[in-house]
Amino acid sequence: MSVESLFPRLEALLPKVQKPIQYVGGELNSTVKDWDEATVRWALMYPDAYEVGLPNQGVQILYEILNELPETLAERTYAVWPDLEALMRSEGVPQFTVDAHRPVRAFDVLGVSFSTELGYTNLLTALDLAGIPLDAVDRTDDDPIVLAGGHAAFNPEPIADFLDAAVLGDGEQIAIAISEVIREWKGEGAPGGRDELLMRLASTGGVYVPKFYDVEYHPDGRIKRVVPNRSGVPSRVFKHTVMDLDEWPYPKKPLVPLAETVHERFSVEIFRGCTRGCRFCQAGMITRPVRERSITTIGDMVEAGLKESGFSEVGLLSLSSADHSEIGEVAKGLADRYEGTQTGLSLPSTRVDAFNIDLANEFSRNGRRSGLTFAPEGGSERMRKVINKMVTEEDLIRTVTTAYSQGWRQVKLYFMCGLPTEEDIDVLGIADLAKKVIKAGREATGSRDVRCTVSIGGFVPKPHTPFQWASQCDHETVDRRLRELRDALRGDKEYGRAIGYRYHDGKPSIVEGLLSRGDRRVGSVIRAVWEDGGRFDGWSEHFSYDRWMAAAERGFSGEPVDVDWYTTREREEHEVLPWDHLDAGLDREWLWQDWQDAVNDVEVEDCRWTPCYDCGVCPTMGTEIQIGPTGRKLLPLTVV
Amino acid sequence: MVQRLRVRYAKRGRLRFTSHRDISRAVERAVRRSGIPVAYSAGFSPHPKISYAGAAPTGVASEAEYLEIGLSSACDLERVRADLDASLPPGLDVLEVVEARSGSLADRLEASVWRLRLPGADVAAAEQAVKEFEAADRVEVERLTKKGMRRFDAREAVRSVAVVNEQERTAGQEPGPPCVILRMVVRHETPAVRPDDVLMGLRLVAGFAPPSPPEVTRLAQGPLDATTGEPGDPFDVERADGDL
Ligand code: B12
Ligand code: SF4
Repeated sequence: MSVESLFPRLEALLPKVQKPIQYVGGELNSTVKDWDEATVRWALMYPDAYEVGLPNQGVQILYEILNELPETLAERTYAVWPDLEALMRSEGVPQFTVDAHRPVRAFDVLGVSFSTELGYTNLLTALDLAGIPLDAVDRTDDDPIVLAGGHAAFNPEPIADFLDAAVLGDGEQIAIAISEVIREWKGEGAPGGRDELLMRLASTGGVYVPKFYDVEYHPDGRIKRVVPNRSGVPSRVFKHTVMDLDEWPYPKKPLVPLAETVHERFSVEIFRGCTRGCRFCQAGMITRPVRERSITTIGDMVEAGLKESGFSEVGLLSLSSADHSEIGEVAKGLADRYEGTQTGLSLPSTRVDAFNIDLANEFSRNGRRSGLTFAPEGGSERMRKVINKMVTEEDLIRTVTTAYSQGWRQVKLYFMCGLPTEEDIDVLGIADLAKKVIKAGREATGSRDVRCTVSIGGFVPKPHTPFQWASQCDHETVDRRLRELRDALRGDKEYGRAIGYRYHDGKPSIVEGLLSRGDRRVGSVIRAVWEDGGRFDGWSEHFSYDRWMAAAERGFSGEPVDVDWYTTREREEHEVLPWDHLDAGLDREWLWQDWQDAVNDVEVEDCRWTPCYDCGVCPTMGTEIQIGPTGRKLLPLTVV
Repeated sequence: MVQRLRVRYAKRGRLRFTSHRDISRAVERAVRRSGIPVAYSAGFSPHPKISYAGAAPTGVASEAEYLEIGLSSACDLERVRADLDASLPPGLDVLEVVEARSGSLADRLEASVWRLRLPGADVAAAEQAVKEFEAADRVEVERLTKKGMRRFDAREAVRSVAVVNEQERTAGQEPGPPCVILRMVVRHETPAVRPDDVLMGLRLVAGFAPPSPPEVTRLAQGPLDATTGEPGDPFDVERADGDL
């Protein structure tokens, strides 16, 4: 049965909305396949505005891989802004894909990518606009399987009611495997309806189907246990890890948006995983082990991606880009290759200690030297031990001194506030550090024309990290410390004017904390917020703390839990955590030990360079560290 | 810069929703993709030498948009046209490329021909409104601009406006619901008078209010011919034989 394009009906609404171009699709390298020739149809969603969602690599990769399969098609859909949402409701236009403007409900799978929890309310809007029942248990065989992926899917419990399934970890292979299961099941005539399909997916052990698990609670609100409620469902679900990134050189054909987006560049992941062991970093913990892409594949991907897209900037992505074993060669090789072509190179996510100014110089060779970013994260030496960010003040000052003396004029410093065991003095230490940075810069350059910006936000404890047991700092304390820091910076006559200050206030972090470490009971709060008009919670102009708190009042009424219980409460070692049955490979005892070490200011090394410290991931997942050096070099491109 | 090219391109279908900034990003990328040797400005952050003349507003389709591009080495015109077209997304279509001669292109773009499709509007009412509009000396309209509400005359710039009798032809489809098509020639002035300003004028003089937003296409722009009252081809100069 063919599906009609919604575009003619949508088109009539577009002149009335802001930035209509974001809804029309037609991007370079986008794909529209024949509906009837495909057996398995995916709608992939990034649950935020197009301008944020389009550049997302995860969605672009899955889109390309799925569309390469002969019997599968994939289209994309994004959150629509409230102006269009209102028109779609009044005109009865359902949630659509931007590729062929097909109704999302007509697809077999709605795959949603959650890099952050703040997209949860947008998921509900999309489901509702699509005409898909919000509650998974109310869905029929005419509804798609709603499948979550991305980092936040490592604890999907707060949205468990709304999901049919979730997948942990790298999506490339599991997306193909899921397509295959659906293809087979459809080929057999879809026996047993969606429940059998979900059962087939769940029984692989690699797809989590929340409704096949019951959560039992203690009278005091803690979870007693989470158990499968039918046979054939595994008691634990494991994450997926793509080994050998050279075999998966995606995106090959990056999407080139017409609308302006937050990331206007071609990004290549130079490795996945990070073993630095920063204790606050969920991404680092759940993406282990480190798997590098080789210098030659990086070179080929950059070449092909630039040719396909016409972008004038390349970003080398990873969690800690300077740690690539051949980063120096990569930087030099690319800078040589693109000399004189007006191609910019950037290296996001770079650590202070690994930072090498030569590298930055290499990267800025074909562009301007604007600013360098460092992330000490903790304001005092003690704090940095707690979070295992092993940067000494001496290191930092030495690095920024070199940077300033080589022509960089602006340094950005990133910090967090509200870290476990933190006291006022740890945050105020940031002011001293920033002043020392400026002082060093002035001495190194002999000029007063050096600046630094302090950027600071509230810390949120995340699942699958050593801080998963920690008490989150209340927002009053965070805000007070941020104010005191501001006063300490501004009040300084000698250095105050050379230091910029940017901060995120503490309230949104509390909501993020609730969503990060929440369990299934948080679902009713999300629903209540959404019903009350909550949308786009990642946008400060749309986010309302008061709305969340009011919804929590209602959602938790009759339950022995509240917002504090989920956020500022410290957990005990043996408390069952909502995500304990979801396995990222990390050994729970190792995580607990690391949490104890944190409180005692004990650091841990990086297993990329030093022997394995038994975090548990490699043996559990059957993976291993994959790093170079390969010893190969990037040759100049031949001129055609 | 060794060669300066002038390009006419169209913005069609759903790509009419591109803004001017969207187009300039798309063109810069298409130029890079196609490998056309664009010249860059000197200085700290070099920019490709591409400039635009009189871009149609967001949401308005066009068969006659113009840009100029400076090249660092001479190229075959037809190849540039084909390469650039292939490198732009379908809907941004390169129609013509000529080598620039003297005189500013922007100065030649004195007027535009606009076609407004008004689905569901009443033909008789439209004809009546056009008559009253043409009879008026001044028709003051208001538009919200970045600087706030502005009032200006929408009549003076309109060289002609007419209801055209054109069968809706969409291959293989039933004839659509009733629909009015307006064609107008409007001079480029400051403040610019846009097709929707004229529509607003029709509403003010005769209460003519189409039920849904107009679908607007710019059909042509160029130097205004005093005798015909129509814009000519701005590339006539480039097409003329011999050196100027
Ligand atoms: C580029 C980037 C951005 C860009 C672009 C964002 C975008 N639209 O993609 C910008 C600057 C806008 C950004 C913003 C933010 N970011 Co950011 N960002 C990154 C960065 C550096 C790379 C992301 C990336 O492309 N990864 C590569 C892709 C391939 O991985 P992936 O998306 O996870 O997808 C894979 C799997 O997860 C899975 N998968 C994903 N979706 C799905 C869906 C299905 C159905 C399936 C089956 C599988 C699947 O398959 C994919 C392929 O294997 C990462 C760090 C990193 N190296 O990952 C941080 C990171 C993702 N960001 C992070 C954060 C916190 C944010 C912000 C919330 C920051 C803020 N406070 O404002 C915002 C949120 C933006 C938003 N509303 O979505 C954190 C997430 C923390 C966490 N929980 O792990 C990260 C990990 C950084 C960090 N070290 O903490 N970010
Ligand atoms: S198991 Fe060992 S080698 Fe593998 S990520 Fe953990 S600490 Fe590193």
